[in-house]
Amino acid sequence: MAGVELRLARFYRRSEGARGLVLLSPTMLIMLAAMAAPLALLALYSFWSQDGYALDTHFTLTQYETGIGRASYRELFYRSIEISALVTLITVLLAYPMAYFVAFKVDETKFAWLILLTIPFWTSYLLRVFAWKLILGYNGVINSGLMNLGLIRQPLEFLLYNPTAVVVTLAHAWAAFAILPIYVSLEKIDRSLLEAAADLGDGAVRRFLRITLPLSLPGVIGAAVLIFVPTTGDYVTPTLVGGSGGVMIANVIEEQFDKVGNWPLGAALALASMAAVGIATVLFVGAMRAAAARIK
Amino acid sequence: MAKKRGRGGLFLYAIFYLAFLYVPVLFLPLFSFNNSVFIAFPLSGFTTQWYAQMFADTAVQQALFNSLRVGAVAALVSTTLALPAAKALTRYRVPGGGAVLALTNLSLFIPEIVLGISLLILLNILTIPLSLWTVTLGHIVICIPFAITVLMSRMEGFDKSLEEASLDLGESGWMTFWRVTFPLVLPGVISSLLLSFMVSFDDFLIAYFLSGNDATLPIYIWGQLRFPYKLPTVLALGAMILVVSTVLVVVAELVRSYGLKDRKHKMVGA
Repeated sequence: MAGVELRLARFYRRSEGARGLVLLSPTMLIMLAAMAAPLALLALYSFWSQDGYALDTHFTLTQYETGIGRASYRELFYRSIEISALVTLITVLLAYPMAYFVAFKVDETKFAWLILLTIPFWTSYLLRVFAWKLILGYNGVINSGLMNLGLIRQPLEFLLYNPTAVVVTLAHAWAAFAILPIYVSLEKIDRSLLEAAADLGDGAVRRFLRITLPLSLPGVIGAAVLIFVPTTGDYVTPTLVGGSGGVMIANVIEEQFDKVGNWPLGAALALASMAAVGIATVLFVGAMRAAAARIK
Repeated sequence: MAKKRGRGGLFLYAIFYLAFLYVPVLFLPLFSFNNSVFIAFPLSGFTTQWYAQMFADTAVQQALFNSLRVGAVAALVSTTLALPAAKALTRYRVPGGGAVLALTNLSLFIPEIVLGISLLILLNILTIPLSLWTVTLGHIVICIPFAITVLMSRMEGFDKSLEEASLDLGESGWMTFWRVTFPLVLPGVISSLLLSFMVSFDDFLIAYFLSGNDATLPIYIWGQLRFPYKLPTVLALGAMILVVSTVLVVVAELVRSYGLKDRKHKMVGA
């Protein structure tokens, strides 16, 4: 017996793969148990149905027929994807010059800039969204400020409770998420490429379009995916500032798990929205890669 | 010097961008000192009564305590799990290592509402009652990718040959870990603890689905938003949270980059 144990121990010490897997297994186990297994159950639930308080575990596609078939849900899918796409476009466009500035125009204070840009990434998502409710509200910061200055007589009603308010709020709340991926890809660019292009007579604009922009596209794509995917499922923002016109898919999913109590339908809506987002993401990344290939 | 051309315009843009990031949030502290229940201009006078009310509120204290507890446990567990994982992923060629990393990072790309409801279904099937423990479990899932990223960047940041030297000099794997690896990654560990804590402390949606009767701080705030007369107290609470979490994040980033030569490359979230 001792011989076998010794041989096992020796194998363990020599084999990087075995040691690595042992070290990885606790993390893997918890991710499987607390993320992968629940997601599999979510998928299973979406093929069941709610029968009063009981769960009918016969396989059915009813939930998907309802979830995708009903026009009001379909509209919410479209709206969620539209809002998130717009938010992604705005955040990435706004973040790019900022990331460019830190990557190319700052030397000594780079770390300070990065910290300033990272703080909102980690802190107080709920408070950032809530701040916009205060700012855009009927008696809020903008309205009371403008009335106080005598610029308007009546509070502007179109500020809060509509899709635009959702877009503005999300664009602000997620701004910090776009900068780092873009910054990292810009920072990695070999500066000698730019010098070579300059030596060969390329102007600043041409240099940017032909070298900097294509090489930073991975960061842009990464930032876009990192914002687009989670924002489609955002619940806090549409609830606080969206009003009835700014409802998103997460609101009806939440209802199924709360007031309505139809978990299978909620599961189907969640999976259908993830699938829609997945397809949109794949199409987007494909289109960006194709565009990048054409520039080169 | 050609590099610095065009700095002016971009610098101005950067200042505007920072203002865009920070100014909307600064209305919270501003109005938290305003002597009126209405969150509107003109400011009517300075007061600290909202802070006094907040500190006197036992529900706030309880929610704060709950959040601290959940955050501390989530940070400890996710960092403890991530430490060996990060070592395996940076030091060894592990078959399927990339797949494991993809699995852990997946939680970054799944909307929190989906993570929340799917865990809710699992707990429901296992008939585990909702509590602060179930919130903690959900938070561990979203903390792990951050903990692994922080620790991996730290481990990539120091010389592997230090560990090899220790092993060659006859130290066991375990002693090498404690006497060489751990001290070197300690800043990463502290940073991972702080940032995981922040991720947990800041989370609303997962706690919204997985908490029972005990509210975490974001859940408590959410419940207060329905009552207009409570808003000033919420602002005071929000202002405190902003200040404390900003300090924690700055400390975490400073600690993490401590001793790294090229710290500008080592930011998390990239």
